[in-house]
Amino acid sequence: MDEVTQRDHVTCDVVIVGAGPAGLAAAIRLKQRAADISVIVVEKGAEPGAHSLSGMVMDPSALDTLVPDWRSDPDRPLTIEVTQDHFAFLTSGRAIPLPEKLFPPLMSNKGCFIGSLGTVVTYLAKKAEDLGVDIYPAIAATELLFDAAGRVTGIVTGDMGVNKDGTHSKNYTPGMELRARHTLLAEGARGSLSKIAIAHFGLDAQSGFQKFGTGLKEVWELPPGRVVPGRIAHTLGWPLDRKTGGGSFVYHGQGNLLTVGFVVHLDYQNPTLSPFDEFQRFKTHPSMRALLDGGRRIAYGARALTEGGWQAVPRLTFPGGALIGCAAGFMNVPRIKGSHNAIASGMQVADAIVADPDAVELTAWRDGWQDSPIGRDLFAVRNVKPLWSRHGLPTGVALGAADMWCHTLFGKSPFGTLRHDKPDWASLRPLAEVTPITYPKPDHVLTFDRLSSVFLSGTTHAENQPCHLKLADPAVPLARNLPLYGEPARLYCPAGVYEIAKLPDGTDSFVINAQNCVHCKTCDIKDPDQNITWTPPEGGGGPIYAGM
Amino acid sequence: MKKILVPIKMVLDANMRPRVKADGTGIDLSGMKLSINPFCEIAVEEAVRLKEKGLAEQVVAISIGPAKAQDSLRQALAMGADSARLIETDGPIEPLAVAKLIRMVVDEEKPELVILGKQAVDDDCNQTGQMLAALLDWPQATFASALRVEGTVVHVTREVDGGHQTLSLPLPAVVTTDLRLNEPRHCSLPNIMKARKKALDVTPVAACGVDTVPRLKVLGVKPPEPRKAGRRVADVSELVGDLRAAGAI
Ligand SMILES: Cc1cc2nc3c(=O)[nH]c(=O)nc-3n(C[C@H](O)[C@H](O)[C@H](O)COP(=O)(O)OP(=O)(O)OC[C@H]3O[C@@H](n4cnc5c(N)ncnc54)[C@H](O)[C@@H]3O)c2cc1C
Ligand SMILES: Cc1cc2nc3c(=O)[nH]c(=O)nc-3n(C[C@H](O)[C@H](O)[C@H](O)COP(=O)(O)OP(=O)(O)OC[C@H]3O[C@@H](n4cnc5c(N)ncnc54)[C@H](O)[C@@H]3O)c2cc1C
Ligand code: SF4
Repeated sequence: MDEVTQRDHVTCDVVIVGAGPAGLAAAIRLKQRAADISVIVVEKGAEPGAHSLSGMVMDPSALDTLVPDWRSDPDRPLTIEVTQDHFAFLTSGRAIPLPEKLFPPLMSNKGCFIGSLGTVVTYLAKKAEDLGVDIYPAIAATELLFDAAGRVTGIVTGDMGVNKDGTHSKNYTPGMELRARHTLLAEGARGSLSKIAIAHFGLDAQSGFQKFGTGLKEVWELPPGRVVPGRIAHTLGWPLDRKTGGGSFVYHGQGNLLTVGFVVHLDYQNPTLSPFDEFQRFKTHPSMRALLDGGRRIAYGARALTEGGWQAVPRLTFPGGALIGCAAGFMNVPRIKGSHNAIASGMQVADAIVADPDAVELTAWRDGWQDSPIGRDLFAVRNVKPLWSRHGLPTGVALGAADMWCHTLFGKSPFGTLRHDKPDWASLRPLAEVTPITYPKPDHVLTFDRLSSVFLSGTTHAENQPCHLKLADPAVPLARNLPLYGEPARLYCPAGVYEIAKLPDGTDSFVINAQNCVHCKTCDIKDPDQNITWTPPEGGGGPIYAGM
Repeated sequence: MKKILVPIKMVLDANMRPRVKADGTGIDLSGMKLSINPFCEIAVEEAVRLKEKGLAEQVVAISIGPAKAQDSLRQALAMGADSARLIETDGPIEPLAVAKLIRMVVDEEKPELVILGKQAVDDDCNQTGQMLAALLDWPQATFASALRVEGTVVHVTREVDGGHQTLSLPLPAVVTTDLRLNEPRHCSLPNIMKARKKALDVTPVAACGVDTVPRLKVLGVKPPEPRKAGRRVADVSELVGDLRAAGAI
């Protein structure tokens, strides 16, 4: 829009987009090292933690450095240490356990904690505020600010009270410019401003594209006595076919609460696959049915995660700013862990700023990460994902495990560093070439539909705002995606946002129920034409996760 | 008028799905989003509008609740209240105790008008405003859907069965808000920033000398029974027959 908006502005030293573990760790570390530095954090969720969703089993190493006394804090966010670690390969009727001795040590969960990312984030947000960080929840960053020399000089927050048709309502409130010497993008996987920065500055020129998965999660309250706090279990195999990467996680927490989750790698090929329904079907495995029987589902959510690892980490800096956390892709795929690296990355970038507050580009961060604990964590497992994608199950996974063993025993990999084949959006095959997958109907006790699930996520969006899911070409869904792929958005979206509806005259129409969006970012990643762009809706919208 | 007092309550956010504690003693609020009660938000909006129209000089927000309720007070400040007070208590607190605490604040602050929500959406008591009016011996108008101040009189329109009723009350008075009174504004980021610098005074409830011991005993809290699947009837006579058989008519 060309209309000139008179925006208020404030200036600070560092503005951080996203109050996840990465952004909050950066904020805390900055204030710990330089008390007079001014730090503003904006978070699109209604409060810090409202959009946080993770497994989660956390490696506490980075938290130990950031908040050294957290273990003795009565309000500590993590209390349950992992005591039992199970791994099984599933067939439709059986669970074949893999002995712990065979696990590559790189996958060990010794010393890790079971908890919720939301609780960790709430804890870190309190720490940050106590140190004088200004956190503004329910505020989305929607644009980057540039100066004449092309340097990023801050962000613009979203307007509020804009009507669906773009006109301003009575309650219209323009966004604000937050100007800063350093802008840290800590938006997590597939950040909307991070995507713009990566494209604008060509940050992925060397690394190439990122890879992703979609993770779905439910929390169940089980009858007393069944949850064994400290127990974790992962599975591979059924219900996914051998060509589709992914698997489950089951974590036993406190108060009879059980986390059940499922990840599907987004390089799946069959357009009739539905990650949501694979997850629902997973719960019908005899072993899961027995575990969940008599329990009650109390929470649901979904979020994309990065899977490209070491090879896919883009250049981390640009003039005026940097990427941290999963916005940079620091997720360790075989460990399904990224929160420790998110915290570590926040601390490292903070150290780079404190060391050279006037730097135009934070080169110490850009060039230092590979030789840091983050680099070492990701380097050792760098071939697991490409081997899995190329060879499927069981060969690819076995090769991945062998590769990790080589790393442990000999300090190097027989494969060198494998590149990723293609971006996730390019992996779908046309309908005509695949066997369609059909899913059983939900029983509303163990398995559910999308709508009743989204209901549990507390998702809302201010009514009558413009649709935040933008189609570059509105004709693509019906003209191309429907005939060629059966419009996979209907199936990959875990919130039922996209539908093909029949109009009274018998023609199809593509419906976007944007108000149901849980901000997982899958559509932005998987649409085969890259036709869908996820943009931040009015601040405060989206899910309200409690302890996810 | 010099001052308007707006009592606000922090409640479970209306978008959250309440979850009954496993032991049935109440609602589990851990990790849940808590927000300003929607009817209280309407009360703040109305008070701020009166101030913006030059009909009031100052708006004071007050809440009685845990330390976290400061978030709700900050929101009131961002909407345009001038100052805020928290009477801090972690225990359960009932409308009568709240009304007595507000009366204490009224004695100190001396507002001419108190605007409250008609009810808080957590316990749905719909009592605090009425009790406060009785304790103060002030006139009251509940369920306001329109409000107009004229000199030392406030005219309040209420939605009643079959139409509207308008009451005129001499100030000082107590008014409680209904849904259609106004549409609360968005808090802009600059105003949220300014609100963080406004005065927010915290007093522990113990320092107030008011008896807050609960008079009610909660016997148990249960989630509603899940709805049974419906059934389609062919015609009115089948419906009437079935209703008779079920003893409903
Ligand atoms: C299903 C699943 C299971 C996982 N399991 C584990 C596990 O067991 N252990 C583990 O360590 N890791 C796990 N991870 C990975 C871990 O969750 C991430 O690595 C971690 O959350 C990354 O932190 P972050 O701060 O970079 O991003 P995030 O945690 O994603 O936080 C980003 C924040 O930025 C906000 N934001 C984004 N864009 C904007 C914007 N434009 N304006 C304002 N705010 C914005 C978001 O709302 C969000 O709050 C899992 C991930 C998933 C999805
Ligand atoms: C502004 C406002 C806010 C409210 N907020 C809340 C809240 O937050 N929480 C809450 O629990 N309650 C709230 N209520 C109250 C709630 O809406 C009512 O208590 C509830 O709707 C009553 O339902 P009912 O079915 O008993 O009666 P009614 O609402 O009166 O419904 C009667 C139904 O029967 C139909 N009907 C009526 N007469 C006839 C007839 N003669 N023949 C055939 N059909 C007929 C009507 O069309 C209607 O659908 C609120 C009410 C208002 C006005
Ligand atoms: S619309 Fe896109 S971002 Fe929103 S829930 Fe669906 S797939 Fe996720």
